[in-house]
Amino acid sequence: MENIILSIRNVKVVFEDGFTALGGVSLDIGQNEFVTLLGPSGCGKTTLLRCIGGFEKPTSGEILYKGQDIIPLPPYKRNINTVFQRYALFPHLNVAQNVSFGPDLRHEDKKETAKRVGEMLELVGLKGFEKRRISSLSGGQQQRVAIARALINSPDLLLLDEPLGALDLKLRREMQLELKRIQRESGITFIFVTHDQEEALTMSDRVAVMRAGEILQLGTPVDIYNEPESAFVADFIGASNILPSTMVRDKLVHFLGVDFPCVDTGFGENAPVDVVLRPEDVKLKPENDPAEGVPFGTVESLLFKGVHYEMKVRSGNDVLLVHSTHARPVGARVKLTVAPEDIQVMRKSDFSPDVRARKGEGGVQ
Amino acid sequence: MKRKGLMVLPFALWAIIFILVPLGLIAWYGITVEEPVAYTEITLEDGTPAFRLEDGTVQTQEPWQKKAVISFQNFKRMVEPTYLRLLIRSLKIALLTTLICLILGYPVALILTGKDFKHPTLWLMLIILPMWMNFLLRTYSWMSILENSGILNSWITALRNAVPAIDQWFTARGVGNKIIFLYNENAVILGMVYNYLSFMIMPIYTVIEKIDKSLLEAAADLGASPSKSFIRVTLPYSLPGVLEGITMVFVPAVTTFVISQLMGGGKVPLIGDIIQNQFGKSSDWHFGSSLSLLVMVVVLAFMGGLQQIDKDEEPQKEVRIF
Repeated sequence: MENIILSIRNVKVVFEDGFTALGGVSLDIGQNEFVTLLGPSGCGKTTLLRCIGGFEKPTSGEILYKGQDIIPLPPYKRNINTVFQRYALFPHLNVAQNVSFGPDLRHEDKKETAKRVGEMLELVGLKGFEKRRISSLSGGQQQRVAIARALINSPDLLLLDEPLGALDLKLRREMQLELKRIQRESGITFIFVTHDQEEALTMSDRVAVMRAGEILQLGTPVDIYNEPESAFVADFIGASNILPSTMVRDKLVHFLGVDFPCVDTGFGENAPVDVVLRPEDVKLKPENDPAEGVPFGTVESLLFKGVHYEMKVRSGNDVLLVHSTHARPVGARVKLTVAPEDIQVMRKSDFSPDVRARKGEGGVQ
Repeated sequence: MKRKGLMVLPFALWAIIFILVPLGLIAWYGITVEEPVAYTEITLEDGTPAFRLEDGTVQTQEPWQKKAVISFQNFKRMVEPTYLRLLIRSLKIALLTTLICLILGYPVALILTGKDFKHPTLWLMLIILPMWMNFLLRTYSWMSILENSGILNSWITALRNAVPAIDQWFTARGVGNKIIFLYNENAVILGMVYNYLSFMIMPIYTVIEKIDKSLLEAAADLGASPSKSFIRVTLPYSLPGVLEGITMVFVPAVTTFVISQLMGGGKVPLIGDIIQNQFGKSSDWHFGSSLSLLVMVVVLAFMGGLQQIDKDEEPQKEVRIF
């Protein structure tokens, strides 16, 4: 990657009570990139963000910002701004005073600042809101003020801590597009924290999926979605069938009692693995259809989901989730086909369904 | 509605008996004076001298009865320099006490709310604990520390005896064997500060403690150093607590008489002492009530002024303080 703006190297955070919030995280972020830290609550994503912002001191490791280790610097000496989870706007100041907080601190020219406040408010779609009180704004408007307040300082790096969490779905979708637009237009590097996989896939250039203080997988949204490297990522990123399988040999994997040709190699012979089947990649045919396919089981349930139907197909103890625009009636016996390139083979991890079942944690779904 | 009305009844009764009636009595006493009843001397049929009072009753003893007459002469008396001077001294001492409490108390509250401060509740307890002891006891213990043959003086004497250089230093400044700490304004102020300081710390602590920590983080994020974030965030937000603390210290300080009597030894009389005198030794309840009314007006004006500030600094309003 060229023009690395932020380099996180083996950052560890152990809290006073001995809890390891980050267990040695490394991540390089490029100029003008939109990187999302995605993971369930408690995975350390906010802690990592707070380390970058300066609100948390790593136990060990380095954070290089433009090549300089910024860990010793207090937050107010870092040219990095944050949009806080609950916005943290100053209720005793009006919208314009909130936005101009940074420039006022630096005693910048009042007229110039007022002009820039206007520009920033226009950028976030709040033109003419200068004199409004914070308490009179809706959640979405407050969020925009928080963004304007951060952007007016022209940071090279903007940290966003689940900024859309408090908004309703429609507003959230709007703001996702808005944020992406602002990021493109301003040329600022965004590090975005969320637990919403859809948000992460929609907005990001790259996504880092985190769990228990580690980055499990780092890649483009398409990579993460199509080629999850572990059962956890596959599960977290969206509805998936995660099946305990055996790699018979290169390009041949055995699951659901059948050998399937696949494209993966290098797992060894007869190695235990997990296979991810996206529900939309599984094609169902009536059992008596002359076309090719593996006879599988019966349709157990059928739900209309708008764009597609969601079906659960059962064969013995195995249940397969299938999305299709063609409905198969409940009770119909079906056979299935999966294209070799749609089979994603992953190494076994402690999140594999069979491992978790043995540990008594229950299934993935 | 009716039921709700009934529920108010106990409080209404309480308010009438313990607030309105006493207030009314004080107001009545305050605007009246006692005058001897008018009478005429008469001679009864059997020749004994007697007195006919203005309400027509006849008695043989010299009339002793008095009646309350509405008069504002007490208010005229209040503006006499003697009493005005007392009032001004009371206000001065109360304001000084409040100021010192604020200067001492605010940093304490600030330190206690610090993010790295361990066991703030324990320290808060240690601050409040002395307040659980009797007020008189606390003041008397200060006296035993400060009096001429008190602990402080005996320590100083011991020190002077032990180290000649210190003795010379004191002697060069014309300090005698005993230093007089008590029975002056400073002693009264010390007693007040000691007794009322926790009333300043508590409300400020409560308010600062409640400030959303993310606001301070936001300020730091936007480039505010700790001192700037104090001036721009903590200070404006703690103002309601400061105003409350000021009220809680100023009001008792302006009306107290015990501290000035003990620590001032009667040499620093305050308006509270004079009022107490009117109800005690001088037994002029009318003048005492008038003075009470005066103090009430002063306190009300003070609190009204504070509220005005509070309104101005209310976060909702678009007023920039700094």
